[in-house]
Amino acid sequence: MFGYYLDLAVRSLKHNKVLTLLMVLTLALGIGASITTLTVATLLSGNPLPGKSGRLFHPQIDPFPQDGYVSGQTQPPFTLTYRDAMNLLQLHRADRQALVSAATVGVTKSDGVEPIWGNGVLTTADFFPMFDSPFQFGAGWNVGDDAAHQRVVVIAGYINDQLFGGADSVGRSVRIHGHDFRIVGVLKHWAPQPRFYGAELDGHTFGDGDAVFMPLEAALDAGIGGMPGQCFGTGDQRDPRAMPCTWLGFWVELDSAEAVAHYRNLLDGYVRDQIKQGQFYRSDTALPDLTQLMHREELVPHSVKLKAGLAFGFLLVCVVNTVGLLLAKCLRRSQEIGVRRALGATRGHIFAQFMMEAALIGVAGGVLGLLFAELGLWGTRHQPAEYASLARLDPKMFLLTFVVALAASLLAGLLPSWRASGVAPASQIKAG
Amino acid sequence: MDIKPILATLGRHKFTVFLLIAQIALTCAIVCNAIFLISQRLERMAIPSYIAEHELVYLQLAFIGARPDAMARTEADLAGLREVQGVKSAMIIDHLPMSGSSSNSSLWLDPAQQMETMDATQYFGENLLSTLGVQLEAGRAFNPEEYRDLDKIDKALQTGDMKEIPTSVLITRAVADRLWPGQNPLGKQVYIGRNFALTVVGVVKGLVRPNLLERGAQYSLIHPVRLSMSAGSYYVLRCDPKDRERVLKAALAKLNALDPNRIVLDSGTWDQMRYNFFRNDRAMAGILMGVCLALLVVTALGIVGLASFWVSQRNRSIGVRRALGATRGHILTYFQTENFLLTTFGIVLGMVLAYGINLFLIVHYELPRLPLTYLPVGAMLLWCLGQAAVLGPALRAAAVPPVVATRSV
Repeated sequence: MFGYYLDLAVRSLKHNKVLTLLMVLTLALGIGASITTLTVATLLSGNPLPGKSGRLFHPQIDPFPQDGYVSGQTQPPFTLTYRDAMNLLQLHRADRQALVSAATVGVTKSDGVEPIWGNGVLTTADFFPMFDSPFQFGAGWNVGDDAAHQRVVVIAGYINDQLFGGADSVGRSVRIHGHDFRIVGVLKHWAPQPRFYGAELDGHTFGDGDAVFMPLEAALDAGIGGMPGQCFGTGDQRDPRAMPCTWLGFWVELDSAEAVAHYRNLLDGYVRDQIKQGQFYRSDTALPDLTQLMHREELVPHSVKLKAGLAFGFLLVCVVNTVGLLLAKCLRRSQEIGVRRALGATRGHIFAQFMMEAALIGVAGGVLGLLFAELGLWGTRHQPAEYASLARLDPKMFLLTFVVALAASLLAGLLPSWRASGVAPASQIKAG
Repeated sequence: MDIKPILATLGRHKFTVFLLIAQIALTCAIVCNAIFLISQRLERMAIPSYIAEHELVYLQLAFIGARPDAMARTEADLAGLREVQGVKSAMIIDHLPMSGSSSNSSLWLDPAQQMETMDATQYFGENLLSTLGVQLEAGRAFNPEEYRDLDKIDKALQTGDMKEIPTSVLITRAVADRLWPGQNPLGKQVYIGRNFALTVVGVVKGLVRPNLLERGAQYSLIHPVRLSMSAGSYYVLRCDPKDRERVLKAALAKLNALDPNRIVLDSGTWDQMRYNFFRNDRAMAGILMGVCLALLVVTALGIVGLASFWVSQRNRSIGVRRALGATRGHILTYFQTENFLLTTFGIVLGMVLAYGINLFLIVHYELPRLPLTYLPVGAMLLWCLGQAAVLGPALRAAAVPPVVATRSV
């Protein structure tokens, strides 16, 4: 029976080529557009650290002066001042904790001339185990290196490839802004999307990964980084350790709800102390986890969601269009159905026949839609966006294309098929 | 033209008619909103800069290692750059208009007030007016003795030595109108960071911000502050538009000759900078335009498809009507009126939907309200589209000869 229906469907589709092409094309356009935007949207709103995002927290306190302060109505800033950051870091009250800052750096071999420019991350020892950065060679530095202001560095795989031809470079040195840093580790390719720990610091939310990771203190000693973020008061803004500016991101790993509650109390206590000492005026604190933070900082660009909505609206119009055309087509064939019914075909048979036709259109639309999606993603890769190079169709999306196409077309075919199967045999033959 | 028979016929295809109306409504709603979004992007891209856009080239440099004598070397660089043939004026600036990164501060009219009055971007740099081509509208430009070195200001802030901190400022017309609407701003005082009173000595016509245009594109201040080369700052040269390429090349060679131990991070004409600044807006407008076109094409094809079906389905009745005396014109009008009715229903539904979508966008993306003028435009567009799409099938219907009525199918 299946073969017979297939044959009937193909004949019927061939009978009216222009219309068939029209239906397939509109369906394919809709699917192509929605898969393209869906791929980009899932890519951008993905979880940068699956399995860990619920345990990473971002403590925030508010060192700003009283000006314009209304209790409970202001959000503490994203970053901390050096003074508060060090105070909180040295309390060591979380399972892991790291400070993060960013700077654009030029990296060369010790005897190199033309530097490779990239994003540098200034951080502390726990960064690597806390964010699960995978190492190719060596490992991160330890807390002792932080305290001793050791000039050590972890470099990205691509920097290692470019400078040392991919060889194990642990123990060798790179020069960053005139200072030699000893390599202790080389990362594998590592680029969480979105770049949650750095997006607020330097505006790079997506990309192919950071170039180098340096201990905060050693980097500051070498005059690297320490750009003021948001400043208050009138102190010297050239000394990053003293400036009245927030500029350091702070992350802690907390493994249980109890630990989170404890840390919240700790933050409140710290702020109360600071207020008592006359250092702070504002008592608001916040301890969002990674997911909450990404949501609040709106790391996924608005335009991406807008495009996704637009594409789904477009798909809807395409599906409605296909349903309308299929319906009109089926209604025109009531004579043929009448004849088939008179010759013994049951309602079920007619229904199956028409569903087969719809399914064929769906599969054709899916294949063509996939082509359009590839085209759309190719277009996306040539767009001037930070995430452009990441836009690739993955196998799951490939499968989804077919499911969407088939579901859309079967849905489109459902009503015409039902209507067609309801045709009474006698009246249609007579009418002819 | 009596529309009753048309409505009666449409009533027999309720579901198909409903689908077509739904499709037209969706198309109308999406296209209205998309055109509105496009116009918003275009409006943003047309923001005036109030500088000599086509006469500027810039160079951004990075240095390797610290430079203790930065000020002297900057002066030498600038002197060298001014020697380049064709350069009318040269300066060093920390943030260029539309460069994407800025330094902003809060302004207070009265230091005792709870909340700041507004926030504005700050431009530093000597010779700013003449190099960027900013037009002074009232008051005066800075006198040479008013300028202070940024390094000395930093030191003064630490020691509290108020002599080294400038006390005059130039503001844009937009800032003046925001702070003192309807009053003469010259000589008035405004506070920065509460502690520093600045006296307005002049008003410029406008000067666009480096970024954050949505906070007030022309909210800018110009301070009498002398800069030295540091991370992120630019050398800007003004020259004749046709000299730009040559001047840029000569300037690069000059700077390299003065100190080869530095790298050019970025260079180009200001026109390129402006073009790049809006590239996301341009890409988004392009995508929206593409989706609009695709939607209109799909809907037009849907109308053609359905109309063709109806025409061939009613072949016999058309023949009968023709045999009974209807002219070709009557048949043509019939199908055109039918389409007009369908499109009108679709448009009415689409308008409601368009406002629904707009409301959603207002709540979630802080977009402004859809102006009412977009509705007649969208309606006209769809009416024209419908009429154009139905014309082919309608002409085919009109061509059906009366003799068809006598044939059995």
